Amino acid sequence: MSATAPLACKPGDYKSETKPIWCPGCGDYHVLMSLTRAMATLGLPPEQIAVISGIGCSSRIPAYTSCYGFHGVHGRSLPLAAGLKIVRPDLAVIVASGDGDGYSIGGNHFLHACRRNVDLTYLVMDNHIYGMTKGQPSPTTEPDFDTALTPGGSGVRPFNPLVIALASGANFVARAYSGNPLETANLIVEAVRHPGFSFIEILSPCVTYRPDQRAWKDLVHSAPVEATDDAARAARRLMTDDGFNLGVLFRGNRAPYRPATDAAPCDQIELEKGFEI
Amino acid sequence: MAEKTSVSVAIVGSGGAGVLTTGAMLLEAACKAGWNGLMTRSVGPQIRGGEAAALVRLATQPVECLADNVDLLVGIDWVSAQRFEGEIALAPGSIVISDPSAGPPPPVLAPAGTRIIELPLAQLTKANPTWRANMIALGAAARLLGLDDEALRQIIKLHFEAKGAGVVNASVEATRAGGDSVAAVAGAFRLAPPQSANGKRWLITGNEATGLGAVRGGVRFAAAYPITPASEILEWLAPNLPKVGGTLVQAEDELASINMIIGASYGGVPSITATSGPGLSLMIEARGLATAAEIPIVVVDVMRGGPSTGIPTKSEQTDLNIAVYGLHGEAPHLVIAPQSVTDCLLSTQWATFLAEMLQAPAIVLSDQALGQTQVAVSRPADISFIGKRLCATEIAAPYKRYALGGSGVSPMAIPGTRGGQYTADGLTHTERGIPTSGAREHGAQLDKRCDKIERYDYGALWATLEGDGEIAVMTWGSLTGVAREAIARARADGIAVRLIAPRLLLPTRPVEMAAALHGVKRLLVVEQSHSAQFHRFLRAHYTLPQETSVLYRPGPLPIRPSEIYRQLTRGESL
Repeated sequence: MSATAPLACKPGDYKSETKPIWCPGCGDYHVLMSLTRAMATLGLPPEQIAVISGIGCSSRIPAYTSCYGFHGVHGRSLPLAAGLKIVRPDLAVIVASGDGDGYSIGGNHFLHACRRNVDLTYLVMDNHIYGMTKGQPSPTTEPDFDTALTPGGSGVRPFNPLVIALASGANFVARAYSGNPLETANLIVEAVRHPGFSFIEILSPCVTYRPDQRAWKDLVHSAPVEATDDAARAARRLMTDDGFNLGVLFRGNRAPYRPATDAAPCDQIELEKGFEI
Repeated sequence: MAEKTSVSVAIVGSGGAGVLTTGAMLLEAACKAGWNGLMTRSVGPQIRGGEAAALVRLATQPVECLADNVDLLVGIDWVSAQRFEGEIALAPGSIVISDPSAGPPPPVLAPAGTRIIELPLAQLTKANPTWRANMIALGAAARLLGLDDEALRQIIKLHFEAKGAGVVNASVEATRAGGDSVAAVAGAFRLAPPQSANGKRWLITGNEATGLGAVRGGVRFAAAYPITPASEILEWLAPNLPKVGGTLVQAEDELASINMIIGASYGGVPSITATSGPGLSLMIEARGLATAAEIPIVVVDVMRGGPSTGIPTKSEQTDLNIAVYGLHGEAPHLVIAPQSVTDCLLSTQWATFLAEMLQAPAIVLSDQALGQTQVAVSRPADISFIGKRLCATEIAAPYKRYALGGSGVSPMAIPGTRGGQYTADGLTHTERGIPTSGAREHGAQLDKRCDKIERYDYGALWATLEGDGEIAVMTWGSLTGVAREAIARARADGIAVRLIAPRLLLPTRPVEMAAALHGVKRLLVVEQSHSAQFHRFLRAHYTLPQETSVLYRPGPLPIRPSEIYRQLTRGESL
């Protein structure tokens, strides 16, 4: 940044004028608050941040920030963000998703984003339901949760995103609760600063289709142990985790993805030599 | 015996027998000696052990397609060779080279009465364990064509030097022995001396030319998911993009690869991916996103037999419908079809240029017959198409990413540009990019995206237009060269025939097409599809002469010049 540029460092500077479409009381309002607070703490100018999303309630978040944003197609935010970050390593790239977008239709990209370890921050606002399509079960919905699409419940075992992330190679794994915005903001700051692929599962209640999630505020608690860099230990903890442990659960030290580059680029005319007889 | 101006050789054998290497070395040696030519491959789906054919055509003049018939058929073995029925048809006076211990060639390839020259491959390799059967066959083929031993030796050295002098020497001996074994028919298909070629000579495949065209057009990012027959584009780009400061990333699937290039292009870097039909099907949704969010991208589709997995290794022109219409909603975009192996270079460069200029997705519709054909040519001339994206630099608040007016192309802020922050969106949006479901904004943005593409001046590259007269052949893609050869024969008979081959399939060019068809009374449409997709497309968008007929059939049997020629010379009715 040039010396004359004013530092944008108030959370309000990272908010756009666009009014969110979320229901009153939606957990995502708090996530937006945490995100803009984290941006202010990071002190990055808004034009140096890109917020990339797919489709769903949570994926509306890019336009509510004053940063560059991309609201793409359902489930494909991670590859889009990876393409951007690989060609523009100077930008901070934050990916926002939900449990349907990120774990169901986008599930394959989640695995490979963890493997690839591009320096991205992935925030999944998990409310265990498809909200935008009015209440169908997502991969994290309880099997007995009754919906119009699955009367009596889906009967399908929920997905454990943190275990999957760890097993697939994510370099930073944390859980947050939208109702603790300050703590969530701090986790986002740490995730952005941590090299490689950083994943934060944010429990963010859907007050419309999951009013039962109001009880989450009493269930969440700080993780009783410190974060580890030992993936095996983290895996054991996560497999027995009650789903409400908050904080950094794994902090890895894998080198982030680096694309193959040539130290001394040549003129493109050089490439033609391979065709000469 | 009279010298020939064009000779066609088919080399067949089991996959892994070195058939394609033999064909490539024959082409290279001929090319080294100054001739023109090409080689097309036809292979089964197996990685090893399936049937393979190298179809080589050598000529004194540049050639763009296979000839009707094969003059020389060389069988390294005949295992499963009957599957080439129809693909390999012998010419009158042809010769078949066959190892007696491999049994007779299949009658569907070599009917009774065919002249067969015995080449004891098994016997020779048994007596000389360092000799490879395919090298012996190469020597035999070269001797029949009157190819210089020295050119052959140079190519052997080039191929096998890394394996040591022993391999080079054994290969040279094997080719010499192969040549000596067919001494009785040496020079049977002797090519006339090559015309002097100016400048540098290249050997290049359509897929390589596509990669080079992308780089020349400014592409510096590629995302890759492997698929036959497009992988060679990606495998050419992988080592070459980094040499010019670019990057290639392997994606987890085609959904990821197209979204990666959208992300990279949003970041300001011209980007490409390459695929075939199944991948193009998966990319449809994201192509719509690139249209709506106005992100330039280039998607190359190297067409193969379809539907579903179809025939991955063989050509067809049946992704036209999906390339043109395969999107939900109204999504104006560009579809460009290269017309020859070297035109893959120009067409991809042009597609990149247009995508960048118009902030829209461009599809390059190549096919296996172009992509996996290698040609010997003079170095293609440089063209000056380097796309320049209209970027927003001096930004007055509030920034309107999707501002209306003018050409329809609105300045794009690249992330990092202060004051240009906006959210690119697949939702219907306002000029500022804010989502809306309003009818007025929806209509205005649809008009914007349509107008910028429709109103652009595409110049003469939109189509290849050659000749005059009241008869015309309309075709596209890899059949352009086939039609050109048929038309040349008809012209030699005194029949005036025009060639009309649109390179720009979308947007359509009704005014230019009407001018191209002016005075045409009879039209022959030629295409490689089962349902005449191209003819239906033409009828939907253009006014065709009342007397229009269609020559069409699905792949993988390529339409030959003689089939078009027969239609042209059949008399009153096409």
